[in-house]
Amino acid sequence: MKIVALVKHVPDATAERTFDDADHTTDRTGVDGLLSELDEYAIESALTVADGGDAEVVALTMGPSGAADAIKKALQMGADSGVHISDDALHGSDAPATARVLAAALRRIGDVDLVLTGMASTDGGMSVVPAMLAEHLDLAHVGFVGEFSVDDGTVRCRRDGDTASESVEAALPAIVSVTDQINEPRYPSFKGIMAAKKKPVETLSLADLDIDPSTVGLAAATSVVDEVTKRPERTQGEIVTDEGDGGTRLVEYLAAQKFV
Amino acid sequence: MTFELSDEHEEFRGVVRDFARAEIAPHAAQWDREHLFPVDTVRAMGELGLFGLTAPEEYGGAAAGLTSLCVAIEEIGRVDQSMGITLEAAVGLGIAPIANYGTQEQKQRWLPDLVAGRALAAFGLTEPGSGSDAAATATRAVRDGDSWVIDGAKQFITNSGTELTSCVTVTARTGLNADGSAEISSIIVPAGTDGFIVEPAYDKLGWHASDTHPLTFDGARVPADHLLGRQGAGFAQFLAALDDGRVAIAALAVGCIQAMVDASVAYAGDRSAFGTPIGTKQGVAFQIADLQVMADAARLLTYRAAALRDAGAPQDQVKQAAAAAKLYATESAVAATRTATQVHGGYGFMEEYPVARFYRDAKILEIGEGTSEIQRLILARGLGLPVE
Ligand SMILES: Cc1cc2nc3c(=O)[nH]c(=O)nc-3n(C[C@H](O)[C@H](O)[C@H](O)COP(=O)(O)OP(=O)(O)OC[C@H]3O[C@@H](n4cnc5c(N)ncnc54)[C@H](O)[C@@H]3O)c2cc1C
Repeated sequence: MKIVALVKHVPDATAERTFDDADHTTDRTGVDGLLSELDEYAIESALTVADGGDAEVVALTMGPSGAADAIKKALQMGADSGVHISDDALHGSDAPATARVLAAALRRIGDVDLVLTGMASTDGGMSVVPAMLAEHLDLAHVGFVGEFSVDDGTVRCRRDGDTASESVEAALPAIVSVTDQINEPRYPSFKGIMAAKKKPVETLSLADLDIDPSTVGLAAATSVVDEVTKRPERTQGEIVTDEGDGGTRLVEYLAAQKFV
Repeated sequence: MTFELSDEHEEFRGVVRDFARAEIAPHAAQWDREHLFPVDTVRAMGELGLFGLTAPEEYGGAAAGLTSLCVAIEEIGRVDQSMGITLEAAVGLGIAPIANYGTQEQKQRWLPDLVAGRALAAFGLTEPGSGSDAAATATRAVRDGDSWVIDGAKQFITNSGTELTSCVTVTARTGLNADGSAEISSIIVPAGTDGFIVEPAYDKLGWHASDTHPLTFDGARVPADHLLGRQGAGFAQFLAALDDGRVAIAALAVGCIQAMVDASVAYAGDRSAFGTPIGTKQGVAFQIADLQVMADAARLLTYRAAALRDAGAPQDQVKQAAAAAKLYATESAVAATRTATQVHGGYGFMEEYPVARFYRDAKILEIGEGTSEIQRLILARGLGLPVE
């Protein structure tokens, strides 16, 4: 069985994140990057399946050279190999282009039984790439999965909604997006760190995937960010001291702000 | 020449730091307050592979050397000295003697669980009447048919009474040497052996979440094949184990000093007095600058000793380097906790701030696995001085 975990290298959410002044894309130079935390759940899910039987786990990423670190982390956790799609022409690609490129890479990897992804990236946060990918590959996609098992060519998932959980089955190959409730991602061990150095990582360009560079990247994006405005700094809250009329004054405040 | 650790060591440091921050730091104060040994956290440290860092691969270890163990102990010790010593003792005193001197059967029986952190082993050398002078062991083991029968007592034994403890290796007199001195051997005593009594835990000044007990042996009988390695080799075995252990204790001290640097820098930026942050006062800032020098110097001595050991340097060279690292790092750790507490003013005396816990925890570093005086003795002898 071959499982591909999609991993994204994102700016550290705990640091100050900014946009590039010139083209309003995410600034990836000024901040430390790391493997998107939400993708760690996908890797852990893949490794759990592999721990229980015979499965090969491939980590796939698309991103600039620094994204190799996301692959490295996945390999240190225990993935068997990595595929890194890196091409200058990809800069500024939107979600549809990203999905197209990843689909081409998955076709090239070949014989993939299960694609696992996180529930969103911690930078873009759109959560659309897995579904788009499923369209391209004509596969089933199950999202918001809080538990799943693989057995007999079928993946059985518990899809967690806001008010109810559904049991959903899909025939393999399929794409499953897991939530951050599904497991506790493991930490790489020292052995894992040493072993990762010897694991194969293939780097692919757009040419390797037969994709015309003019169809991806910022210029081909279907949406463009015209302007970026920084969220206003949080101001110190207003303190209401209760002198017997605290409740009334709170309501007055809420009414003045048009909250009630 | 380079003074940097390898990329792999630095990456591993990052992992242990993440683990320590997420799994240990948030609970350390509570464990300390409640004198609680956190079994699940110790198991999680096992899953991370920390107990197997130096152990042979055939028993599930990483065979990654003392340097990697020092990195782990430093980072764990930076948030919690109790968990740092739990790791140090488990590896240096529990696993190392069995891995280094055990027979094939002994290794097969004990190491897989110890290496995975599913079990802990302890080493009982110190006795009520002899600590620094460990050769003065009064505990006796007498051969009776196919068994050794052990009588005596051990004092201050780390990891000896946890629910994970699977065995304790103890030193005992097993006869007389040709020169009339006591022949000392090490014997592995499984937990639960009749006549092996784990007395109630001590009430300690620090290391509250670390497990320490007095042990009593009252006719404790173990099979003859539980003797560790060769009969009469006990003295040499513990001397060698202590050399590595001292480097590891030095790493624990480095973690303590670094924690004091971090806490002091943060506090000196936050706290104001006389209208400006206290970090603007040279009297405060210069003390913190000195802490950084201690951290650097202690770290260099520690990793030099570990690197010598990993490179297979001669034992006397390792011994001297280990003694220098242990002496300087631990004395600096005590000084650093004193400085950091001073920087924190009255708040440094309050248990709400981790510096108070580190202040209590640091002192034992100058005592365990050879006191500062014993380190000076080793260093002086190494210089050829005719010291007693
Ligand atoms: C929390 C804790 C955990 C411990 N864990 C373990 C463990 O797991 N296993 C184990 O075997 N032991 C353990 N120990 C024991 C520890 O190693 C001893 O306490 C230490 O070696 C000192 O021995 P002592 O307490 O008997 O002091 P003593 O040897 O009685 O020393 C008293 C004082 O005399 C000084 N002194 C002694 N001899 C000389 C000399 N020749 N020259 C100059 N000064 C000298 C010492 O430096 C010290 O200041 C632990 C101790 C503690 C407190």
